[in-house]
Amino acid sequence: MCRPASLRVLVAAACIASFAHVAHAEATLRYGFGRPASAAEIAGWDLDVRPDGTGLPEGHGSVAEGQAIYDAKCASCHGTFGESTDYMAIAGGVGSLASDSPMRTTGSKLNYATTLFDYIRRAMPFNAPKSLTPDEVYALTAYVLNLNDILPADAVLDHRSLVAVRMPNRDGFTTQHGFMRADGQPDTHAKACMTNCAAEVQLLSQIPEYARDSHGDLTQQTSRTHSDAPTGGADASAAATAPVAAELAASAGCLACHGIAKGVVGPGFGDVARRYRNEPGAAAKLLHKVQAGGAGNWGSVAMPPQLAPERDIRAIIDWILDRLQ
Amino acid sequence: MPQHLAADSKRRAFLVQGAAIAGSLAAASAARPANAAADAQSPADPPWTRTLGAPILASPYGVPSRYEAGVVRRQSPGLTRTAQSSVSFTPLQSLFGIITPSGLHYERHHAGVPDVVPDQHRLMIHGLVRAPRLYTIDDLVRFPSVSRIHFIECGANTGMEWANAAVPTVQYTHGMLGCSEWTGVPLAVLLDEAGVDRKRARFVLAEGADGASLTRTIPLEMALDDVLVVYGQNGEMLRPEQGYPLRLLVPGVQGVSSVKWLRRLEVGDAPWNTREESLHYVDLMPGGIQRQYTWIQEAKSVITSPSGGQVLLDRGYHEIRGLAWSGRGKVRRVDVSTDGGRNWRTAKLQGPVLPKALTRFRIDWTWTGGPALLQSRVIDETGYVQPSIRELRAVRGTRSIYHNNAIQTWRVDPAGDVTNVQTG
Repeated sequence: MCRPASLRVLVAAACIASFAHVAHAEATLRYGFGRPASAAEIAGWDLDVRPDGTGLPEGHGSVAEGQAIYDAKCASCHGTFGESTDYMAIAGGVGSLASDSPMRTTGSKLNYATTLFDYIRRAMPFNAPKSLTPDEVYALTAYVLNLNDILPADAVLDHRSLVAVRMPNRDGFTTQHGFMRADGQPDTHAKACMTNCAAEVQLLSQIPEYARDSHGDLTQQTSRTHSDAPTGGADASAAATAPVAAELAASAGCLACHGIAKGVVGPGFGDVARRYRNEPGAAAKLLHKVQAGGAGNWGSVAMPPQLAPERDIRAIIDWILDRLQ
Repeated sequence: MPQHLAADSKRRAFLVQGAAIAGSLAAASAARPANAAADAQSPADPPWTRTLGAPILASPYGVPSRYEAGVVRRQSPGLTRTAQSSVSFTPLQSLFGIITPSGLHYERHHAGVPDVVPDQHRLMIHGLVRAPRLYTIDDLVRFPSVSRIHFIECGANTGMEWANAAVPTVQYTHGMLGCSEWTGVPLAVLLDEAGVDRKRARFVLAEGADGASLTRTIPLEMALDDVLVVYGQNGEMLRPEQGYPLRLLVPGVQGVSSVKWLRRLEVGDAPWNTREESLHYVDLMPGGIQRQYTWIQEAKSVITSPSGGQVLLDRGYHEIRGLAWSGRGKVRRVDVSTDGGRNWRTAKLQGPVLPKALTRFRIDWTWTGGPALLQSRVIDETGYVQPSIRELRAVRGTRSIYHNNAIQTWRVDPAGDVTNVQTG
């Protein structure tokens, strides 16, 4: 793989060689869509670090440098000593995974320090990922390892010494299980008994009393159908996105008959405004007309009762009387 | 309006029985003073038949009826510290069939949802290949395409239930689950095009374009089998929350492997031991050993109706409905028990029954008003039988977080309330 950042002349030469190879490969493509990725592009994109150290950049950083960066950019979430469990705890708990109260921390779980470097470089700080220089990532990695008593306070990390770090849980992982292949062997072997399968059914657990209301009003969550009115959720979302009156008029179907400037089969809203603007109680009168329907004021076509929410109708009427000429 | 509805306003909202729906619609019109006249008229002449409806394009991209506003994704309180690295759950209790509406497909993000500009997005394929490539979305759409229906289930789905019953509804117990029709180009086509080095290549690293640049190792045998590089979901481009404009889809494998906002694929000879396959997404076993690279989602099923939080309003006929799936292939059979697993009956499977996809099952049930314990149990095409929580704990303890595919139990009490319990 071509990673100039970590590389010596020998590998750089290999990159050039493989680039020439690319030109040849191009001619043999079946579809030929896209374009070749150049060695420089690959080097720029290829962010990952493997447990054998492949992909580590040049650079170095000390525990002390790491502490300064950590206190400024990391401690607010992870705690001064990496102890905060609000987010992924960084330090503590080494050796606790076999206990009844396993502490899942970077120090107690991780098998390779290269992964810690890789993750800080690609994803941290949480609010500004990829903002750290390689030296800063080495320094932070060193400090996190120091917080876990894996490195001494005077340690300095570079790509060689990082690969040499032995994490306490290096041997704590297994791939001896059936989950790596679709045809892997399961670890349970239940039988599909059909009748008289259990002499007694025991209640093992139910949701604790204190947690019964932890997920809010389940009546709003479990039904597809509703009784009296739109749910609180619907009203809340409608309020949050309340369209302006003109849009309400359009969505309520008003504009199918009423133009804004001039009439269609009913009067234009401008005509309505001119007739009623100075009349006392006009808004209430129009509300009644809209809700109850009516005929005869503007011609022979009757207006059917409208079912839009009263709040919307009032908003439209206010808009007509106040704004339209 | 049926008397049993009027008697208890709390109950009115939970109609799990179809017959009660009509009652609820009548109630909806009665509640509006402006419609008093409507009540005096024939039920065959509801108010919306006497006025104009909304015009076309009232909503250029259609949205559900406002009366369905309760059917939304939700988060489980206290589960995560920030909304950018969090999870929302699919409301399985409110859905039909096997396709999850794209807007209800659960979310799991590690650094929020990036606003990827599609014209600027590229997919790089490199590593142990003869011809490393850079593709635009338009390039990828030109390749021969396939559309397939597959589920995606988070490896941590039902993870809160390892030690005890903890959350109230099927949305929270099983809602890190969705199933869509996915459209894209087979990864095998792209790897063939790039000339993968078949002698040395064993794994592929997939990397996202989000702030976390999330990475996961995919075994080459899966990559060359049924993995897709996806741009389409349920007939349209992916939603941002689902990886717009490009994601990986690794059928049958825990959701985190279906890397969203896919940006880079590197072919290599060893797994990468990324953060999401060493600090997370590893299964802690009794004795402290962690199982690593636990990709497959084993066969699992759950009854979605009646389910936790719902209320049975009437004795008599109820259709028990649910979902079954297997990361190892097709669902062969689903059995349902209403007495906590003493006796089982085989449910009907709604076709199509597809590999590594949700399968809908249903079975008739007459509720006599007594207490009941509802369970479903899937058997997949490999003959694997979904285990009880007791059987799972005997092997894996209670600390593993991931891959809890235990039989779910819903208790129906004589009042009709349905709650989440664990039995054994």
